[in-house]
Amino acid sequence: MEPVVHLRGAVTLLGRFPALAGIDLDVSAGEIVLLRGPNGAGKTTLLRLCAGLLPVARGTATVLGHDLADRRQARSVRSRVGLLGHATGLYDELTVADNVRFWGRAAGAAPAEVAGALAACGLDGRLSDLIVARLSAGQRRRTSLACLLARRPELWLLDEPHAGLDHEGRDLLDDLVRRAVADGATVVLSSHELDRAEGLAHRVVHIAGGTTDAPTAAPTSGEVALVP
Amino acid sequence: MFHDAALVAGKDLRIELRSKVTLQQMAPFAVLVLILFGVALDPDRGVLGRASAGLFWVAVLFCALLAIQRAFTIEAADGGRDALRLSGLDPAGVFLGKAAAIAVQLAALEVVLAVGVVIMYGAEVTGWPLLVATCLAATTGLAAAGTLYGVLAAGLRVRETLLPILLLPVLSPVLIGATKAFEAALGGVAADGWPWCGLLVTFALLYLAFGTLAFGTLLEES
Repeated sequence: MEPVVHLRGAVTLLGRFPALAGIDLDVSAGEIVLLRGPNGAGKTTLLRLCAGLLPVARGTATVLGHDLADRRQARSVRSRVGLLGHATGLYDELTVADNVRFWGRAAGAAPAEVAGALAACGLDGRLSDLIVARLSAGQRRRTSLACLLARRPELWLLDEPHAGLDHEGRDLLDDLVRRAVADGATVVLSSHELDRAEGLAHRVVHIAGGTTDAPTAAPTSGEVALVP
Repeated sequence: MFHDAALVAGKDLRIELRSKVTLQQMAPFAVLVLILFGVALDPDRGVLGRASAGLFWVAVLFCALLAIQRAFTIEAADGGRDALRLSGLDPAGVFLGKAAAIAVQLAALEVVLAVGVVIMYGAEVTGWPLLVATCLAATTGLAAAGTLYGVLAAGLRVRETLLPILLLPVLSPVLIGATKAFEAALGGVAADGWPWCGLLVTFALLYLAFGTLAFGTLLEES
């Protein structure tokens, strides 16, 4: 079966400088892969590359069957992935519900799916009517997660998803990730919350200096390949 | 495309309704511009009356710059631009939606300014159909061209200062055409104004077509 993410010697540039220096990575459908590495290793850049937001300068990069070197295909893949990054993409002046409704409807979500996403993230009821500018960092993160959930992406790209969340929020996130994978989604995440993230991931990939330095082949079905 | 346009326009207008920037900042600014022109030219009331069409559209142009800046500032905050690129929304729909939201805000400001011009400058409307058609065409042109140049400047650090430099020369045909058409509608011969209105319609259609085609590329590259 074709991997959901297939990178071979993938290089992307930030300005004129290479931000990834030849990444090799395969992620199979239904996997949860943790990217582990120090600050500046290229984890965020790798996730943005997989989201089709950065150009492929050299090498091969295929996500959900789309060749990211082709600009048109890179744009097409975006509607099938969900990126939860450092920036939330939320509109401060709108309410929680307005934001989730807008991003959900942009991806074709029905009103019931939007309501379901709000409820799943614990944002139904009074919280849904709060203006985003008045939310705490954790509530913003939950709202961002609800937006992602409403879009029903096939590939979840989570950049430090636990940051800003309290213990309950982190448990909720992990639960949502496991449920998404059970429903057929694939997840690539980076996190410095290693104990928690390693408990969630099927496999860990080390990344440093813009390249992977650990085995990247997908484990066989049912196998858990945690690389310390 | 039109579904996405309606979604984006609805979102932008809801943000304006909540933040009230148009009502509390742009409308007072527009009236202030009219008052300042009035104070500067009041000693010669005749000049003020004759220049009312041009002064009206200069004030609209200033307001348009603010509205366009605002439309892209809300997308620049907290990764909104990347979120838009990832949203799956048709870029042509995003362009039309943002242009429509800007046009609605400008139309509201034009009503305020029109009342101001009638009260402060003593202008009299003799050609209502021409006046309304000019407003519609000029507003559409301003919003379409402004949205296109707005996204072009939005990715740059110096966008606040660069946008007026890029946009004002581009909008000069709107200023000239709308002023000439308004002069005809405000006490002149209406027939003289319709060719200018035609120019405005052509300008608006050109920028709507160009923006629909080019917005996606500009959103990616700028």
